[in-house]
Amino acid sequence: MSWLTNFVRPKLQALVRKNNVPDNLWEKCPGCGQMIFHRELEANLRVCTQCGHHLRLTWQKRLGLLFDDGAFGRIELARTDPDPLKFRDRKRYGERLKESQAKTGEQDAIVVAHGTMGGLKTVIAAFNFDFMGGSMGAAVGDGLIAAARLAVAEKAPLIVIPASGGARMQEGIISLMQMPRSIIAVDEVKEAGLPYIVLLSDPTTGGVSASFAMLGDIAVAEPGAVIGFAGARVIEETIREKLPEGFQRSEYLLEHGMVDLVVPRAELRETLIRILRLLRQPRLDATGLVPYQAV
Amino acid sequence: MPTFLDFEKPLAELEGKIEELRHLENSGDINIAEEVARLQAKVDKLLRQTYAKLSPWQKTLVARHPERPHFLDYTGRLIEDFTPLAGDRSFADDHAIIGGLGRFRGRSVMVIGHEKGSDTAARVQHNFGMARPEGYRKAQRLMDMADRFRLPVLALVDTPGAYPGVDAEARGQAEAIARSIETCLRIRVPLVAAIIGEGGSGGAIALAAGNRVLMLEHAVYSVISPEGCASILWRSAEQAKEAAEALKLTAEDLLKLGVIDEIVPEPLGGAHRGAAETIQALGDAIERSLGQLGQENGDSLRRLRREKFLEMGKRSLG
Ligand SMILES: [Zn+2]
Repeated sequence: MSWLTNFVRPKLQALVRKNNVPDNLWEKCPGCGQMIFHRELEANLRVCTQCGHHLRLTWQKRLGLLFDDGAFGRIELARTDPDPLKFRDRKRYGERLKESQAKTGEQDAIVVAHGTMGGLKTVIAAFNFDFMGGSMGAAVGDGLIAAARLAVAEKAPLIVIPASGGARMQEGIISLMQMPRSIIAVDEVKEAGLPYIVLLSDPTTGGVSASFAMLGDIAVAEPGAVIGFAGARVIEETIREKLPEGFQRSEYLLEHGMVDLVVPRAELRETLIRILRLLRQPRLDATGLVPYQAV
Repeated sequence: MPTFLDFEKPLAELEGKIEELRHLENSGDINIAEEVARLQAKVDKLLRQTYAKLSPWQKTLVARHPERPHFLDYTGRLIEDFTPLAGDRSFADDHAIIGGLGRFRGRSVMVIGHEKGSDTAARVQHNFGMARPEGYRKAQRLMDMADRFRLPVLALVDTPGAYPGVDAEARGQAEAIARSIETCLRIRVPLVAAIIGEGGSGGAIALAAGNRVLMLEHAVYSVISPEGCASILWRSAEQAKEAAEALKLTAEDLLKLGVIDEIVPEPLGGAHRGAAETIQALGDAIERSLGQLGQENGDSLRRLRREKFLEMGKRSLG
């Protein structure tokens, strides 16, 4: 797995592409309900200019914001049997998969990318929420394993960015088995002495939260992200408890000691780079930063 | 008389008749004894027929049967000198997960599992087997202790799922489950898990990432309950039967998928009609597993366990 395989410097055009939405559209902020001019919202990293609500980002935008110059390479993920149970609800799972693949142009709900952040080699595995709600099945588990192994092979830190409603129900027990599999993956990174950082984005719930997502050496959350195990509706309906203000939001988790930092989107890249440098460049010489060296 | 499930109605009627006749038996009428024997044979035949082809939904009901043996029934019969150890050393003792030291057929072990409770008061006390973070943190503590003293861990899984409550979320339910799975995967002693009733989602895998995963014949193990799955994918909990079929949650299917290693047979009519036999059979299966794992050293126990889970998902149902 060579670092530079299929490394492509993205065209500037691709970075500022607006998901085929015409420029003259207005978008309603889910936080305050205000209509915001699309271009203005994009320019502000999809953070509401009125109330500061962080709208969801596509994985492309997300990676473009984090890597140096927005440049990254992707690795191809091996394909396993996508439908081990031959699952069918009102529709065949196989059909649902094909629809999501057509809609997103992606094979499944995870993208594994590599590049540099602040000059440091970094591997990022980002969930694609648009693909079946970012749900975790075998392909996502395989993606996390591939990302972890790439990080170990390249002696690079691993950053995982979940955006997921939880398990892929259509894969039944196999989706549950991704909890131990993903934990083994991130443990391999930790055992190699490399940083494993989780950037919790909206939403991170269910089996995804109860596995690799809560095991980061450092857990950074975006403001207002929903993070938790049980769905709020399930809690309300089955237990009939009233949910406290801000329940299962990033700030609530920070207060309860479950995450390290809540960082606004505009400061994410610099914060992550600062953390990576502190962990990976423990000594500075007189001239400033010691050039990055692999362990 | 046991509690009859809906699909056991014909059985309930027959057993009711037998019960009535038994009251008359003391009169010494030989015909009554014959009739009882005839009806009993009919009951056995019907039980055999019914239980030979339980649907996934029917298995779900059997797995949840209130008279099915629970954790404390197993420790009562299988574990000598059982010494429960309480608390997570940080917040509380969770009664939904019980764990402690004991002696299983001569060897010291750490036994951990969910307890659902067998009457109303006990069900409330044990929160119906739905653990809070404290439960999973106690499990982590006990697994680490077992690792330190090189004791095998036996995990008995029987839970509808982790407790979905505000307090549980506030104290980090997700993190507690994640760490518990991580602990299962880290320890260097044999970990034998058994799904004895309901293997409900994250709350189950928190204890079940073992070297060997055994499963009782009519137990179920799933990422979500059939009702939950139906209400999301079919938009109505009414479709629970269909969801149970689709989820492939029976021991037979899970064995084919490589998710479990062995099916432990239940007596005729399910574990709730023969607790002693069921517990004995599981004990024998655990002993066999421990015997096989006894050959491996700590590092290979850990490595083999991790490889086993990494391999999962490679087999599919035709
Ligand atoms: Zn707003």
